[in-house]
Amino acid sequence: MSEQPVCFHCGDPIPPGERRSVVIDGASKPVCCAGCEAVALLISGAGLENFYRYRTGPSARPEDPQDGPDEWDAFDRPKLQQNFVRDVGEGRHEAALLIENLSCAACSWLIEHSLRRLPGVSEVQVNPASGRALVRFAPEQVTVSTLMRTLARLGYRPHPVGAGEAQSAAQRERRLALKRLVVAGFGMMQVMMFAVGLYFGAFTGIDAVYLELLRWVSWAVATPVLFYSAAPFFKGALRDLQAKRVGMDVPVSLGMIIAYSASVWQTLSHGHEVYFDSVTMFVFFLLLGRYVEMAARHKAAAATDVLTSLIPATARRVVDGVEERVAVEELELGDVVAVRPGETVPADGRIVWGQSRLDESMLTGESLPQPRGMGETVVAGSLNIANPIQLRVEQTGQNTVLSTIGRLLDRAQSERPAVARVADWIAGRFVVGVLLIAAAVAAYWLPRNPELALLTTVAVLVVSCPCALGLATPVALVAATGRLTREGLLTARGDALETLAKVTHVVFDKTGTLTEGRIAVDEVRPLADLDGDACMALAAALERHSEHPIAKAFADVAVTETADEVSVIAGAGLEGRVAGRRLRVGSPEFVAALSGATAPAIADDGGSWIALGDEQRPLALLRLADRLRPETKSVLDELRALGLHLEIASGDSHEAVAAIARRLGIRRFGARLTPADKLTRIRELQAAGAVVLMVGDGINDAPVLGGANVSAAMGSGTALAQTSASMVLLGESLAPLAEGIRTARKTTRIIRENIGWALSYNAVTIPLAAAGLLTPWMAAIGMSLSSLLVVLNARRLSRRRRQEICPPTTIEARMGEAT
Amino acid sequence: MEILFFMIPMGIVLVGLAVWAFFWAVGNGQFDDLDSPAYQILLDDDQPAKPTPPERPES
Repeated sequence: MSEQPVCFHCGDPIPPGERRSVVIDGASKPVCCAGCEAVALLISGAGLENFYRYRTGPSARPEDPQDGPDEWDAFDRPKLQQNFVRDVGEGRHEAALLIENLSCAACSWLIEHSLRRLPGVSEVQVNPASGRALVRFAPEQVTVSTLMRTLARLGYRPHPVGAGEAQSAAQRERRLALKRLVVAGFGMMQVMMFAVGLYFGAFTGIDAVYLELLRWVSWAVATPVLFYSAAPFFKGALRDLQAKRVGMDVPVSLGMIIAYSASVWQTLSHGHEVYFDSVTMFVFFLLLGRYVEMAARHKAAAATDVLTSLIPATARRVVDGVEERVAVEELELGDVVAVRPGETVPADGRIVWGQSRLDESMLTGESLPQPRGMGETVVAGSLNIANPIQLRVEQTGQNTVLSTIGRLLDRAQSERPAVARVADWIAGRFVVGVLLIAAAVAAYWLPRNPELALLTTVAVLVVSCPCALGLATPVALVAATGRLTREGLLTARGDALETLAKVTHVVFDKTGTLTEGRIAVDEVRPLADLDGDACMALAAALERHSEHPIAKAFADVAVTETADEVSVIAGAGLEGRVAGRRLRVGSPEFVAALSGATAPAIADDGGSWIALGDEQRPLALLRLADRLRPETKSVLDELRALGLHLEIASGDSHEAVAAIARRLGIRRFGARLTPADKLTRIRELQAAGAVVLMVGDGINDAPVLGGANVSAAMGSGTALAQTSASMVLLGESLAPLAEGIRTARKTTRIIRENIGWALSYNAVTIPLAAAGLLTPWMAAIGMSLSSLLVVLNARRLSRRRRQEICPPTTIEARMGEAT
Repeated sequence: MEILFFMIPMGIVLVGLAVWAFFWAVGNGQFDDLDSPAYQILLDDDQPAKPTPPERPES
């Protein structure tokens, strides 16, 4: 990596020539833009420098502070507030907000402290895990818009959430699962303790009265474990039976019920053996596996109120030429809505006034903003970039294109090809097999030796207690998911790892996945004596005066001179005076015309070229493109080395996709694809027997991500993409993909080894038990050893190769920095 | 060894108490966020706001 300095606040590279800095804790720190500078000063000025000491990652780049009325003012309307603000009595109101970019404890601390400094705010609760905040305030002292504006200026954009959702379904699910897990855990420990007494007694002899005592207390403790903790398995089994299919829950429930009933029977009839320890342990480990899976899923889905984050909460309705802010829900068909540059289109509609360029990349994957004029349609969720427009609403709410994509996603997910989960399948069949064997054993012994019949039958059931089998998958998955999360790949669905191991084809979206998803100056080709940086600075000085989307590519470039006499020539470029020099920037023909030279030749390679020139000659050619991520090429090479077929499916223009595909050496690609087209392509591959991994980031990718066998969404991508994907790439990097596939393959291998071991252990012990040769202590030791072996084998997954270990930023290190 | 008839039920009662305490803690939201409290202790409230507001940069 290059040693380019990065912004102290947001971590973005500092554009060359930018000289802003802030003084934090007596040391001068560089920042990248006015916004970051303002926030850093705000934070230090309020005595909140602690934030920088304890945050775990760079902060979000704040919005440019603007004065005057803004979008937040609308939130003072009672009609809008009724959804997320409630009266909590004593003259106080409580607002529930969903907050963007809330990533660490220091962020929540900063939010709490900056809000508490506002007059009238009495209580602030921020939960970084769910991305939600509850603020109590006195409405006569502070307005909701002030609260929201304060957050937005710090770089944390707030969204209103229904007050009822403050305690989300996910939270309730997690709490219940945690309670069940702990009951099973405590129960397991207790019963194990009693079991040690029983096993020990089997060796050395034990008074009947103590034997009875230990059995009865084991029963007492195992009962809540079975009926409270294991309840989800029974419910699942009932559901499966009603739907007339045999899932994993049926044999598991059956095994638990039989082992428990047999133990109860033995306790009551003063029999030979009880198996409460096996039952509780089985329940605990199964629950543990499910809890870890659920926690990963919640983490991936956290902070996703998909529609609120895409469609704005308010719109400007135009009535008799006057604009008024209304809630989006209030919009009706035929209303005229004004959308200013920088705002998001609130509903599908047709432009009735003005023309502009709209960024639809979230919906279509098109990397460049699309021109839209009078009479053309625009879709909700796209961003207006250039000029103010007015549109007549044609579809709202559920009927918008955005919602349609959501529905397409639902369907794709329900049609996701079912991948037989090897481990579950084997474990399920295994339990059924054991039950059959037990029945056969009982049938064999019953006519011959009725006393021995029950004993041997139960011995078969217990010695084959699928502890090792039940553990085989969960422990391996836990170890692998834990490791991958540290590497930056979050697995959100349980079957992701198993499917990932079988992947044959990888299909990439282009914009925002292979590339960074924003236009930047990719290459500067000086034509005269002026070097690249100087040319960039001159072009940037002119572009500062433009609202054109191309100007955005220069937003990061530091301007040393200011331009004046700037005029915009539509469709051609800009002309102006910088440091006494007459300059043009724009299309090569337009620039060459200033000096009377012929337009410089440009290579046709998918990027768009603009030129810079003065009155003597053209000075430089600048290539604008959506830049490839720095790691893309090496990651693709690694994937190819793993024997995978690579493809691109993009909604962007043919030239742009072809150029990227050529640079990356990918032969198969599709351009101008709609979400439905992409889904069709995936289905084609699947029909030909391929197992497809889809990697994408946008709303338009969501159905495809849902429909592929396994999918990964970029961490920087849209929330909808992340919720539909089975994995999320944390951070801005594709790099963990290759490691993910390697680990997934290793995981499958280890699961197979574990199952193989558990099965062969049972192949030896079941016949012994059936013959009545196995004493309890032998069974106990054998069972423990086989479980231990399985756990140790799975531990191999969480070991990393040495060179991969990078020093974690520990609190100690930060403390050292701070002092 | 008769003491076992007292000790074992006592042990179960204690475990019951522990489970009850845990349920209360879960219901109280103490397990909802396991990451930030670790930092909370390091973030002091004892730095007063500086008396003069900082100069806002031109923007």
